[in-house]
Amino acid sequence: MNAVETSRKKSFSLLEFFYKYGTLITILLLIVIFGTATDNFLSGSNIINILRSISIITIIAIGLTVSLSVGGFDLSIGSTASVANALVISMFVWHGQSTGFSIAVTLLFCLVVGLINAFLVINFKIQDMLMTLATMFVFQGVALTYTRGATVSQNMILPNGDFATGVIPAGFKKLGQEPWIIIIMLLAVLAVHLFLKYTKHGRYMYMIGGNPEAAALSGIRVGRYRLAAYLISAVFAGLGGIVLGARVMSAEVNSGAPYLMEAVAAAFIGYSVFGAGKPNAFGTFAGAVLIGILSNGLIMLSVPYYAMDIVKGSVLALALAITYYKRSR
Amino acid sequence: MEGIGNGALKMERISIAFPGVQALSEVNFEAGSGRVHALIGANGAGKSTLMKILAGAYNHYTGEIKVDGQEVKIHNPKDAKDQGIQVVFQEVDTALIPYLTVGENIVMEQVVHGMKRKYWIGWKKLHRSAQQALERIQAKIPTDKLVRDLTLAEKQMVLIARSVATKCRYLILDEPTAPLSSNETEQLFRLIRRLKSEGVGIIFISHRLPELFEICDDITVMRDGRVVFAGEISSIDQQGVVEHMLGMKLDNQFPKKERTIGKVSFEVKAVSDGDKVRSADLYIREGEIVGLAGLVGAGKTELCRVLFGASRLSSGDIQLRGKKLLLRSPHDAVKGGIILVPEERRREGIFVQESVSVNLTVASLNRFLTWGPWVSRAKEKQASQDMIRSLGIKTPSDQTRLANLSGGNQQKVAIGKWLLVDADVYIFDEPTKGVDVGAKRDIYELIAELAARGKSILYASSEMSEMMGITDRIYVMYDGKVLKELETARTNEEEIMLYSIGGVSR
Repeated sequence: MNAVETSRKKSFSLLEFFYKYGTLITILLLIVIFGTATDNFLSGSNIINILRSISIITIIAIGLTVSLSVGGFDLSIGSTASVANALVISMFVWHGQSTGFSIAVTLLFCLVVGLINAFLVINFKIQDMLMTLATMFVFQGVALTYTRGATVSQNMILPNGDFATGVIPAGFKKLGQEPWIIIIMLLAVLAVHLFLKYTKHGRYMYMIGGNPEAAALSGIRVGRYRLAAYLISAVFAGLGGIVLGARVMSAEVNSGAPYLMEAVAAAFIGYSVFGAGKPNAFGTFAGAVLIGILSNGLIMLSVPYYAMDIVKGSVLALALAITYYKRSR
Repeated sequence: MEGIGNGALKMERISIAFPGVQALSEVNFEAGSGRVHALIGANGAGKSTLMKILAGAYNHYTGEIKVDGQEVKIHNPKDAKDQGIQVVFQEVDTALIPYLTVGENIVMEQVVHGMKRKYWIGWKKLHRSAQQALERIQAKIPTDKLVRDLTLAEKQMVLIARSVATKCRYLILDEPTAPLSSNETEQLFRLIRRLKSEGVGIIFISHRLPELFEICDDITVMRDGRVVFAGEISSIDQQGVVEHMLGMKLDNQFPKKERTIGKVSFEVKAVSDGDKVRSADLYIREGEIVGLAGLVGAGKTELCRVLFGASRLSSGDIQLRGKKLLLRSPHDAVKGGIILVPEERRREGIFVQESVSVNLTVASLNRFLTWGPWVSRAKEKQASQDMIRSLGIKTPSDQTRLANLSGGNQQKVAIGKWLLVDADVYIFDEPTKGVDVGAKRDIYELIAELAARGKSILYASSEMSEMMGITDRIYVMYDGKVLKELETARTNEEEIMLYSIGGVSR
């Protein structure tokens, strides 16, 4: 049809443009604003600082992106990160284990967490968000019970009155410092980007997210892919918790919880980046960068910490408004 | 209650564009009170878009709409309703709230708009006025029944009742007969004649030509976003309508039957699903097209789903080339060499947010991989473009999102994805439902081609002419059972119909 071909060019519109590039433009604008308003926002050390500050959010949000891609929603990631944080530090401090063994045990436990989530969500056909809301409390409780409500750190006082003798290895500590923490984050983003965008499995996950019934009738094993998505989600949340442990060298009560909402924000902001219209790894990273720059810049502008959530929440609302305004037409 | 008027509804020089498509250009349309007006056109011709403009679904069109010679602005659904323009869309479920009662659904609009200073719902009054609306269209549906428990035909009646419960001068019926049995269609036609005698102008969209000639007074034919014919229906014949729709002469609709039929490949023995399908037996040979006839509700769709592993098999055997298949899911079926083109393709067959290419390759993705799990864009593009060409899918490119294609083209994509799969048994459930004449012929040809390649084909349809035109053998289903096996060459539509309604031959 000629009419189709000729009218294609006309489809450019301002709204479309903002939808596709709104997040990136906002990031650039913020950089310009903070860069001119403060002295050392654009300094190399501050940029490293920003990347380091968003790395844990990004790693956790990347896992969430995978669960979102199958149309799921893993709300338990914050709690999973808390459990992983407590587990990995306790492995060192309480049991004197090696770095490799401690990380392996922690990730294995996270797989169990993912398995439980997937089992409940798939077999009982309960809405993902509701079911993982429940498991969020359960795993939060598991972490609390495991640590008996105490902060786990070197030389902590054990319930029997002794001091803990285990030490956290120096090698493990490196994971929480630049450049490693940033490299881990970038690898996570790249791996999930390649997986979702270029492999058959990623393609299937998006199909399931788009129309589960049609996906099943196309011969896709919907149950298995949803299970895989929850396993991946839990493993990344666990990785986030481990890196968090390496960064702060301790496991505080509910340490992973604050990362949940920022990860959700990053992933949802990411929907619109480049007009993808669906969860995607680069979008999630861009969302995390946006949040990171915002927090960092606001600190530099001496905005009091108690007012920061107002700005962060507003930015999320704006990003969602753009995304869903476009979707509904 | 209003409903009688003499004015004419006129649409003048209507144009509208969407991203990637000029959907309507300079369309003139006119419908009179107390007349039934047929609107017909190939998929993507712009019928639905034109009617949606009338219903107030868009506000970015150009041109004028006049009622009784007065120009009116229709920019939202309420504007349309204020003018007495009511629409019953094809997808009845989108307009109804399943967990509310029939009564609540019928008077929904009065409840929404008429409650300005009231806070309490008068349940008695609500059911009484709903009952009146149902009586007016002579439908016997209890007003306290939940909508989710109704059949499709009943849901349609509820929507029509809702339309006549308020001001209704023009009633648009978008493919109302597609899901109906012939009995239900008769009932609908009686209702249309009644409303017509009350002065309601009816616009009737359908792909079934005989119906249009039975019920309509005037006809407008559209093609590619333009009106190509408008006038009294008596001034044109069926052949003429089809030629206008396609813009060319139409010779025989069905491909020639020159088939070499091999040995039995697919066997179904005493299959039941514990609900709608009761001990069904059938077999298909290589290169054979076997029809599955029966009325809506006879269990055709349910049987197709069982054979594809989409519904649970409660008892019986499914064998392919003498080997028993265990079908726990569609995945097992596809792996075993059986595919199903489902009936509800919009819901069960497509991914509207994904591109045409992604939609086409989803079922056969393993063929487009390189280096393990990596999808090869080049191979994928090649195959999609070939399929777009051979099915005549109207799309700007293979990367266009499916949501931007017209309904009929989405249907073609839903079928096309299965043609890329190399299976042994192809099950088609109403493959031409909601598809225009030209595309129908493309689909028949593709199916005949599959048979020529030695594939076994099961073709479920409630269109008798298709049964006669394309199949070699026919199984007639009635009440969940395969009642009768017929040789197509030695039967006729009357005989199929007889068995479809559970009759026995003399």
